[in-house]
Amino acid sequence: MSKSKGQTDMDRRTFMGLTVGAAATLVAPGVFLHSIAQAGDREQPVTDKVRWGMLVDTSKCANGCSACVDACKTENGLSNHGRPATDPTWIRKVKVRDNFTGRETNLPLMCQHCEFPPCVDVCPTGASFKRADGIVMVDRHVCIGCRYCMMACPYKARSFIHEDIEIKPTNAPRGKGCVESCNLCVHRLDNGQAMTACAEACAKAGHNALVFGDLKDPNSPVSQALKQLPSRQIRADLQLSTGVRYSGI
Amino acid sequence: MTSTLHRLVKVVSLALLVGLGATAIAETDAPAGKAVEGSAKANALKSCVRPTDWMRRNHMELIEHQRDLTVRQGVRVQKDSLANCIDCHARHDDKGQPVPVTAKGEFCQGCHGFVAAKPSCFQCHSTVPSSADTAQR
Repeated sequence: MSKSKGQTDMDRRTFMGLTVGAAATLVAPGVFLHSIAQAGDREQPVTDKVRWGMLVDTSKCANGCSACVDACKTENGLSNHGRPATDPTWIRKVKVRDNFTGRETNLPLMCQHCEFPPCVDVCPTGASFKRADGIVMVDRHVCIGCRYCMMACPYKARSFIHEDIEIKPTNAPRGKGCVESCNLCVHRLDNGQAMTACAEACAKAGHNALVFGDLKDPNSPVSQALKQLPSRQIRADLQLSTGVRYSGI
Repeated sequence: MTSTLHRLVKVVSLALLVGLGATAIAETDAPAGKAVEGSAKANALKSCVRPTDWMRRNHMELIEHQRDLTVRQGVRVQKDSLANCIDCHARHDDKGQPVPVTAKGEFCQGCHGFVAAKPSCFQCHSTVPSSADTAQR
């Protein structure tokens, strides 16, 4: 875990006093608990009132289109060394073929932002974590680059940075020796823009295959789409309760 | 006679010590002092986000504290963010291009080079203001 100097220095009596005091103030005004923060407020911690998620409508995902992949690379400064086996990939296009019928389906695959993420379970340092709003992320300050999470992920969603990074965007700091993956454009969400770069690019390309939004808000675009379309999780048998759902597969 | 000589020696050595101390302080001040001058935004401001003396000793506490809040809880208060440090303290060259804060003699490197403490922030974080790194891509 990350270090927290204040707590290790605190003696037991002070700690107990603070805990009891905090519990008393928090429990009494129960309504207050639910009205602390709103999505996109830079000054407040994120809460579990929101769960970010996505629906991929594979019937609209075009063969050969890479708008989402390109947008992700631009947004997060993912450089390409021409070595596909090791180049960082946060989102990739996958084509699946039913051998019996011959039907082909295109879909983008990225971190599925599981409610019960295996990458978090296996992380030895606590670097891999799930934010209150459902985004599964890597705390690069704590990541030691052991890559257990990459082995644990059933979706092959994580990448390891093997080489020095030349361009470091302010919004997406990254460096050699850490594992990384899709973070649903967390910098955009924290700044109040409830739209990921991939979904934006997909809409701009005229496909609208990616619908992004708050799964807990019944009026959000993603909740509305999920209500209408039949959808499923990839590897639903693992019971990870993914935040990214697919229709048409 | 002896006591007068002793006193003289004492006074001279004290003066020497004070002189040495003053030089040391002047040298530690010099790198950051020079880097704040000129084309950095910070030059136009009276003080940093806290009093300057306090910032010299404790800036790392602010940055480290907010780093955990930002990554884990999404708190992105502009004032104490590393991005804000870079925005304000990066100088611009004659062509208006930002100079990385880690370049020789610049804001971060000036002091960190002097005390031989390498900041690990910039293994991942940008060394130029956000407006410039967007243009790089």
